Amino acid sequence: MITPILARQEGWNRQPEIVPDGEGELLEVAMGPHHPSTHGVFRMDVTLDGERIIKLKPVFGYLHRNHEQLGETMSYLAIMPYTDRLDYFSSLSNNWGYALAVEKLAGIQVPERAEYLRVILAELTRIQNHASSVGFLIQDMGASGTPLMYAFKEREKILDLFESLTGSRMMCNYMRFGGCRVDTTAEWLNQARKVVAGIPAFADEFEALLTTNEILMARTQGTGILRPDLAVNAGITGPLLRASGVNYDIRKVDRYGIYDRFDFKVPLGEHGDVYDRFMLRLLELRQSVRILEQALKDIPEGPIMDPKSKIRGFRPKPGEAYGRIEAPKGELGFYVISDGTGNPYRYRVRPPSFVNLTILEDMCLGQNVADVVLILGSIDIVLGEVDR
Amino acid sequence: MLGEGIIKGMLETARNFAGSYVSKERLITVQYPEEREALPENARVFPFLVYDGPEWLPGLRCVACQICEKECPPKCIYIDKSADKKPDAAGKPQNYPTRFDIDVSVCMSCQICVEVCPFDAIKMDKQFEYSTDDRFGGLLLDREKLAKSNEYYHQIHPVEANEVDTRLAEERAAAAAKAKAAAEAAAAKAAAAKAAAEKAAAETPAAAPAAEKPAAPKPPTSGGGGA
Repeated sequence: MITPILARQEGWNRQPEIVPDGEGELLEVAMGPHHPSTHGVFRMDVTLDGERIIKLKPVFGYLHRNHEQLGETMSYLAIMPYTDRLDYFSSLSNNWGYALAVEKLAGIQVPERAEYLRVILAELTRIQNHASSVGFLIQDMGASGTPLMYAFKEREKILDLFESLTGSRMMCNYMRFGGCRVDTTAEWLNQARKVVAGIPAFADEFEALLTTNEILMARTQGTGILRPDLAVNAGITGPLLRASGVNYDIRKVDRYGIYDRFDFKVPLGEHGDVYDRFMLRLLELRQSVRILEQALKDIPEGPIMDPKSKIRGFRPKPGEAYGRIEAPKGELGFYVISDGTGNPYRYRVRPPSFVNLTILEDMCLGQNVADVVLILGSIDIVLGEVDR
Repeated sequence: MLGEGIIKGMLETARNFAGSYVSKERLITVQYPEEREALPENARVFPFLVYDGPEWLPGLRCVACQICEKECPPKCIYIDKSADKKPDAAGKPQNYPTRFDIDVSVCMSCQICVEVCPFDAIKMDKQFEYSTDDRFGGLLLDREKLAKSNEYYHQIHPVEANEVDTRLAEERAAAAAKAKAAAEAAAAKAAAAKAAAEKAAAETPAAAPAAEKPAAPKPPTSGGGGA
């Protein structure tokens, strides 16, 4: 029996609290920090009434590495490789977010070709992130191995592209203030075109494998529902918000970079449950393919670095800037204050996973304990970004 | 029909399973220590120091300017500057590192040391098998272990190495031309001064000792340039 008592905070509109039915005792379980389904070191203190979740307290910080304070002690350029380590699945998106903030701060223009390269790399990152996050979600559900390996097969091709361009598979450290570090070759672009052409086939295969699977539908439909008003109030962004039916994509809202030139749609969910989030990622993946096809067709020749920006002794004039991008997991923002010296006075990261994780309890209340794993997987967190 | 979706998914896995016997594309794993894939040209793992010529210590391009030590994000480079000077690759007297250690257990392979180096002295290696049972000493590479020849650099990054060599050759040619021009100018100036002194001496013999001084040939300013 679920009895709503009151919204816990005025105007906050949270999920109603669950009261225990009074039979038997409550059980407190610590899920994690070394639980394989927690995607890293993350603990959930769960209070159970039988199988039902009464209370859930997320405990994080096990992977805290002082990212922001560390950034304030080093040069602007030296922060760039550390941003790779925030969301280690999508390092190129992180690079772009930080580069965008500093470019805004210093007023640097990015050449055309570099903008195209950034879009291509960010969308490839989105594809591999969504493919693997869907794979992990299915893995959490108990489909051990196969779907994850199918997703990783596709991710591998994209990582090979990253490696041959940037030198590293995951810690790319590729973007610089005013452009990109190394130029592509025509050969690389052709290879990228080949990989992109293969992605719709992968998406078809993945959908045939899973989307109509009765077990998956029974487990995910109606599980972990997030209401759109609650999602907006809690500042949720990314696929989690769009699966609840809120049309908010920073690529469309801000049109940062050159996103206004591309023709693509923002897929939206209807129910806001785990199944919607799963499907939404597959749909977004197909939209990314659309953007990539256009970008790879139109990419112009030209320089990739602003000649005025310099590597050594970079000192922007005093001021502040906030740069945000639509990372695969949501709004990734970097806030930088400069006091005119070589290192930022204040450096702040707004990580999407961290903000999205705050809504975990509201999605889990009243659900079975086995569904917690599923709901956490559908948020798509990376602990490197949550704990920073 | 209930179970249709499951059957559809199983057909997909069956297709892939059977396909792996006929199509090489579907077999994507590599049995690592026995089989190896070639690393791409741009691959980077840990830094190394480039030297020119046959001997590693005299040929080191590094002049111990310590820019990489300052810029290194995890601060894994330790440099001690020499007190004396030795001729560098371009022939100018420069400092050299008496100690150049990189702690590869701290290094995060970000390549920033390579980007900030003004002398093309530090580059990224592709050697990634550094496992050792000595976690302190075994992973602290000293300058002898780090020094690798320019030929090795050409082997691992051919395109990049050629670019660097062309650029260095141009810089050296420019430096040599500048040194030559400076030497010529100095010689011309000295000759002019001498001629003036001689002229002055011929006109007023009493003033000759005073005019001797500027007529003395100037020493070359830049150490010859090593052209």
